Order: sequence, then C-alpha cells, then structure tokens
Amino acid sequence: MRQALTDGLVVTWRNLKRIPRIPELAIFAILQSIMFVLLFAFVFGGAIPLPGGASYREYLMPGIFAQTIVFAAATTAIGMCDDINKGLLDRFRSLPMARSAVLSGRTVADVVYNAGILVVLMVSGFVVGWRVNTGIPELLAGIGLLLLFAFAMSAIGVWLGLAVPSVEVAQQVSFTVLFPITFVSNVFVPPQSLPDWLQPVAEWNPVSTLTAATRELWGNPNPYVGTGLPAEEPALVTIGWVIVIVAIFLPTGVRRYRNLSR
Amino acid sequence: MTPSIALEGVVKRYGSRTVLDGVSLAVRPGELVALLGPNGAGKTTAVEILEGYRTADGGVVRVLGEDPRHGGPALKARVGMMLQDGGLDPRSTPGDVLRLYARFHEGAREPDKLLESVGLATVARTRVRRLSGGERQRLALALALVGDPEVLLLDEPTAGMDPEARRTTRALIGGLRAEGRAILLTTHDLGDVERLADRVAILHGGRIVAGGTPAELAAGAMPRLRFRLARALDPVELTGLGAALAVTASGATLVAEPGEAPGAFRVEGAAPDPALLAALATWCAGARIQIAILWATAATLEERYLELTGDRHVEAVE
Repeated sequence: MRQALTDGLVVTWRNLKRIPRIPELAIFAILQSIMFVLLFAFVFGGAIPLPGGASYREYLMPGIFAQTIVFAAATTAIGMCDDINKGLLDRFRSLPMARSAVLSGRTVADVVYNAGILVVLMVSGFVVGWRVNTGIPELLAGIGLLLLFAFAMSAIGVWLGLAVPSVEVAQQVSFTVLFPITFVSNVFVPPQSLPDWLQPVAEWNPVSTLTAATRELWGNPNPYVGTGLPAEEPALVTIGWVIVIVAIFLPTGVRRYRNLSR
Repeated sequence: MTPSIALEGVVKRYGSRTVLDGVSLAVRPGELVALLGPNGAGKTTAVEILEGYRTADGGVVRVLGEDPRHGGPALKARVGMMLQDGGLDPRSTPGDVLRLYARFHEGAREPDKLLESVGLATVARTRVRRLSGGERQRLALALALVGDPEVLLLDEPTAGMDPEARRTTRALIGGLRAEGRAILLTTHDLGDVERLADRVAILHGGRIVAGGTPAELAAGAMPRLRFRLARALDPVELTGLGAALAVTASGATLVAEPGEAPGAFRVEGAAPDPALLAALATWCAGARIQIAILWATAATLEERYLELTGDRHVEAVE
C-alpha cells in the first residue's frame, strides 16, 4: 500500500512535469473554456431568458466549470493512449513499481491539472460578473465536488485510453460522447426549455446534477426542473454518480492495463 | 550453477502463427548469451516473455527462479531491461528520465555517474527528441542499468550506434558480464556476438536451430576454398570458371568476396578438396590467369549463420 502510494506520487509528479513542456495543451484547454464563457455570456446569453430574470452569467459559470471537468475524460484518454503508443507504458511496466501507480498517477495528475484550469476559469468568471453569493466553505465544497467528479471522469478516460488504438480515435470518441452529454443538460439552458421527453434525461444527467449542486452551493441561479431527487439533492446524486462511474470504469481500466500486450 | 534465465520448451502463438516453437535456453550468472536470428524469428517475443510482458502458451519460463509474470516489483528490481527504441518522452532529458527511473529502485545507481559511463554526460540536459539514434540506445542501456540488476535483457543494444559508440557499449556490456551478471542479448550484429557472447543461440522460424560458442558454431560449417586471381574476370570467364568448378563438385558455387579486390572469390557448397583445387588450377592455366593467393579456411560465424537462416540482412563483423 505504501509503495502504491509512493509510486503513484512519483508518476503523478512525472505527469505534472510534462504540462509546462507542452504548454499548448493547457493554454488551449483554458482558451476553449473562456471562448464558451464569452460566446454564451455575450452572444447567446441575451437570447436565453432565465425564469425570474436571474443573471445569465452567474447561471452560466458553474455550467462552464462542470463542462470543463467533464472534458477531463478526454484529457486522460488522450494522455493514456499517447503513453501507450509511444511505448512509455511498456517502460513503466518494466520498472519495480506498484501496478496501480501508472493509473493512479495519471488520474491524480489530471485532477490537479483540472484544478489549475478551474482556478483560471474562476478568475475569468469573476471578470464577467460571476460571484459566489454564499461563503468560503460552500466555495470549497463546490470545488471539492467538481474535483471529485474530475476523478470519476479520469477513470472513464483511463478506460477509454486503454481501449482505443490511437490518440485520434481517443479524441474523436471523447468529443462525440462528451458534447451531447454537456449540451443535453442544464449547463447552458434551463431544462424547462428542453422538449418534455428530454427533460428527465437532462434532469438525471450527472453533468446537470453537478452543475445544479455547485449553483446551489454558491447561491447562483438554479432554475431546476422537477421535484425529484436530482432537483432536491443534486450534490448527493452527483456523489452517487461518482461512485457508480468509479466502480464501473476503474476496475475495468485496471483489468485492461493488466492485460495489455498479452 | 542454477541458470538466472531459463526457457524450457517455450511455445508462443499469435493466432494461427507459431512464433516460438519449443525454445529452450539458459543463461547462468556471469554468462552472456546472444540470441541471433533474422527479423521475425521470434527474438523480441522471447525477450518480452522473459520480461513478463507476454504470456507463453506452453513451456516453462524462469528468471532468477521465478515466473516473470508473477514476480512483481521485487523481481523487476533485480532485472534490467533494455527495450528497443521508443518509450522515451521526447520532451524530457536523459538526466530527468534517469532520475525518474532511479526513484523506483532502492539502491539505484547514481544517475549522473551512469550517464557518464554510457557516454551521455554531455547531453544530460538535451531533450530526448534531439538525441541521435545511438544516443537514445545508450540512454535505453543506462535505464536498464539504473537499478544495478543481476540479470540484463538487452534487445539489440548496439543498433544504430556509430563505431565508436559501439566499441564503448561493448566494453561496458563486457564489464557487466565480468561483474557476474547474467546477460541475454538479441542482436543482428555479428560483431556483438563475436566480441561479447560466451554462447550463441540461433533462432529461426521459432526454433533454436543451432547453439554453442561462436567458434563451435562457425566450426560446424563447411570449410571454404578462397582465392584471389591476378586480375578481374569478364562475364564469359566468370561463367566458364563457375561451370568448371560445378562440373568437378556438384553444388559448388562461385561467389565474389564482398569488399575485396575484383578477382577475389570463394567457393560455396563444396569442400576444398584436391579435385576442386585441381579444377581451379586447370581452368586458370587454360585461361592464362595467375592465382595470386589461394587458401582453404574454416567458415566464419556469418557464413554459418547465413547457411542456417538465409538472412541476408545481418550486419557483418566490423
């Protein structure tokens, strides 16, 4: 256990050290999110009325944070696949290290990486008018929930990165799956504006529950549809989603890693 | 002495293709065994099975007495693996990579000294992507050595190196063997084999087709008649001489010696017996061409290897 922890930290550090060596990755991830903020705050935002006339920018930002975190799966999948294709995993597998270290190092590093991007985005949000209307504990709880979700998304990314043959495929699959998930949600529009049949999907969508939970924690507008569990306890439902995702994708990812090249 | 590396009747199949077909091999402490074979012979698969990357479909595999698939970190700490090119982060530096690997080993060798010993001290801070092929190979060797292992698995250790780097690397590997480490190296380079190997195993079509010391292997081949004529032969003369030799000894083939003067030949496929010598002398007398040098020699390791495998891509001894 101690070795798994130490080795995991060494691999985490190795992955984090790579970020400044490829600054384009982080820069474009931030730029992409800022672009969404600007597009929706200044272009589409005026055409999206919120029930009760609440501030769209305050409504939007938690959604942008959640969207960014959801895309952690793509970051992990691409990183994992790249490591396999370049033979880095073969090198790691030749070392006297805990087997779990490669996977835990990847997921933890990606969570830290996303935390960094989150900080930059929060500052951008602050500039366009987003505010936390509650207190520091709620702010930290919201960030904690986002990072917990980032870990779950990284678990999906590990599984995907080990399942696809190339970085290009990892990219395509990630974006094909993640874009609809973030759009069929409460990230950009109130779920009330969706067709009736789509509203339950958006309501139970983990991206929606994560977004609603952070809006609730930070006192941002949260015009959530329905009176079911996701509407009443979005934080609890989000934690439930994290448990389900991790329980499914972490063991299957570990199994894939063990069976690699057999 | 118990072998540090042992393969007994190992079989490996990829689908319907049998890559290793009952391969047996042993390497004892302080011994260097070269696994020689053409591309696709199964050398890398054999090494990957020893590394625990791949599972054999049959037979017994032991590294330091343990099954490499289940040895875990404790076994890996005692085994150094030099993988073929790849797996190095192009944006990192040799110093960084070596320090990272050292962190996984208890009692790891000092990275800076190790870089110096493989001749990479001057490029310790150069990005891996800027290193030459030979420098990357030396870095791969340094990574195999960082844990001060008892067993070394070296996959094509001198591939892509310039002659100076090859000499340094061979000296380094020779030193490691002298320290008592068991070393298995796969190679295409007969210079590696003749200068380093205690024993050679030739792998062809998934089977070990010959084994022994380099000298024993070469001695197993038919001796050759070699000669150099006073001048080059024109195509008509070449055909005439070839025919004269083939009539005397069926199977005799005239082969121009690569890298030698135009009139230098050897005769393949026939022993240098008196009848063959007489046929050569008679033809030369008729054609009024002097024989400058004539000698019968034992075959080289290269010739023996070619006899066994037909691999024309082998790198000859420098």
